[in-house]
Amino acid sequence: MSTPKTLFDKVWDEHVIRQVKDGPDVLFIDRHFIHEVTSPVAFLGLESRGASVLFSGRTFATADHNTPTLNQHLPVADPLSANQLAALERNATHYGISHWGLGHQKNGIVHVVGPENGITLPGMTIVCGDSHTSTHGAFGAIAFGIGTSEVEMVLATQCIMQPKPKKMRITVNGKVGKAVLPKDVILYIISQTSASGATGYFVEYAGEVFENMSMEGRMTVCNMTIEMGARGGMIAPDETTLNYLKGRDLSPKGEQWDKLVPYWQTLKTDEGATFDLDLTFDAADIEPQITYGTNPGLGTGVTHQIPMADAVKDGSASYKKSLQYMGFAENESMLGKPVDFVFLGSCTNGRIEDFRAFASIVKGRQKADHITAWLVPGSHVVEKQIKDEGILDILTQAGFELRQPGCSACLAMNEDKIPAGKYAVSTSNRNFEGRQGPGARTLLASPLVAAAAAVTGVVTDPRQLI
Amino acid sequence: MAYEKFTILRSSAVPMPNENVDTDQIIPARFLKATERKGFGDNLFRDWRYNSDNTPKADFVLNMPTYSGKILVGGKNFGSGSSREHAAWAIYDYGFRCVVSSFFADIFQNNSINVGILPVRVSPEFLEKIFAAIEADPKTELEVNLPAQTITLLATGESESFAINEYKKHNLTNGYDDIDYLLSMKNEIAAFAETRPF
Repeated sequence: MSTPKTLFDKVWDEHVIRQVKDGPDVLFIDRHFIHEVTSPVAFLGLESRGASVLFSGRTFATADHNTPTLNQHLPVADPLSANQLAALERNATHYGISHWGLGHQKNGIVHVVGPENGITLPGMTIVCGDSHTSTHGAFGAIAFGIGTSEVEMVLATQCIMQPKPKKMRITVNGKVGKAVLPKDVILYIISQTSASGATGYFVEYAGEVFENMSMEGRMTVCNMTIEMGARGGMIAPDETTLNYLKGRDLSPKGEQWDKLVPYWQTLKTDEGATFDLDLTFDAADIEPQITYGTNPGLGTGVTHQIPMADAVKDGSASYKKSLQYMGFAENESMLGKPVDFVFLGSCTNGRIEDFRAFASIVKGRQKADHITAWLVPGSHVVEKQIKDEGILDILTQAGFELRQPGCSACLAMNEDKIPAGKYAVSTSNRNFEGRQGPGARTLLASPLVAAAAAVTGVVTDPRQLI
Repeated sequence: MAYEKFTILRSSAVPMPNENVDTDQIIPARFLKATERKGFGDNLFRDWRYNSDNTPKADFVLNMPTYSGKILVGGKNFGSGSSREHAAWAIYDYGFRCVVSSFFADIFQNNSINVGILPVRVSPEFLEKIFAAIEADPKTELEVNLPAQTITLLATGESESFAINEYKKHNLTNGYDDIDYLLSMKNEIAAFAETRPF
């Protein structure tokens, strides 16, 4: 009997080509996603070294961070953004890399289009120059974000050099309550562990809550695992995973599929395998969440008060600076806080289930007059689903408009910036100072909490509207 | 990308005790639109450093003539958030060669080493000592000795050792990078790729 292994060990160990003495592992990378922002300097580096792309078929390019969400048929107005988009297209063409640029029917956010097209598969190693690459861990892949030097490294050698992280398991048992979405589950976990609580670890999620969760929900959870400092998160593939993948455009087909299924079924943590840290939470403790501070760990149940400084893990000075930036004070109630903007979208919550959830609350209601709402699908595929399912009609009747796909106001690299001092309830992943525009104040929340804010104009408990 | 070799650095330091300094603060997203790696130092900590009319904020540490040096000393969980290597480029381009903290975010730590910045992780107690020493005397000098893996407050001789992977240490002291290493094993990589099921 061999030593019991965790899911993470199995996938990691299978990809190690060489263990450097007193050094990192040389890890083979199955899939490499690139986008316009973190790749141009990597390609320049490649050229200056006289190197080339080793396996162009293992790399996929999409444009997302900079792309406008209106009038995508027109030339991109910002010359710097246009320049980056052109560089991606030029590099992809030159090296024979598949490229879903602006206007392509498959275009969208890298972490949305990878899974929805069957490029992401269980047992893979996946990297991208974007920290939310952790999203793909939902499929039982080891997926993590890298820097531009590493993008160059993977282009040139299809490998990366990494010390093996420690392992953490997060188990959530029980059933989640009414109006509690996967976003609430992960915001709750981050609030309990803090923004640095999982640094140095790779997380596996286990327990009833994740077993019963949809693939899109699992992606939301793995997506935000990086926000507690972890390198990534993963969930063992199961029937839900295979049902999601079967028949997708680039998923394996026929005999190849049949061969992979038995392998994929081995991808789970063995009985008796150990973790460096094991955390357990009870689903009953999780209510719809909202953040009040300037890192994703500073969040709480929507009906709660903002904690006192001594109750949080961040240092008191940093905490007070955070509340000052937000214009909030200790012990204030989050319910009823005025909101100016609502953003539905991003690689965290720009999928069809998120739009269905949002529509479930706004149906038959009207957008609050003073709210500016940016509803941004994660991809053209999601955009089409929104139209086909009649969700667009519901949104339109409630006074909302749909924009075109991209990262948009999540990181505000395009025109979609929240103005200084304004409050935004956002389904995105980061509430850092200035993240959604210089001076912008972000409250992270689920699509249901965002919808409740969009129709009432203030922070509202979505359970009151269901 | 070539960088300066790192061996022994003696310098005064710039203190930034805030916790959870994320890479969006180090370099805001709107400065990531370049297609070349240059000029990022001008926008290091842009929104903490400048008012909206582009005048420097007098109370931000990089604008205080009192503080200078090639070492940036940060609070716990320095470099969290986005994987943007531009944050490390900005720190390097500004003139820092070493960042000291009690805790670094993983990707930032990797990015730093890859661009030639030495991240030195010290105990929370030693970090407090460094902040206190700089507060007492902003010209306080630190010595960061990579071969010996020590960091020392020169005035008092108080010292702590820090951990670094031997391989990474070798790279930093010689100005090598991982790509040089990996390119030398291309045949082994190609053979391995053949065995992958997808």
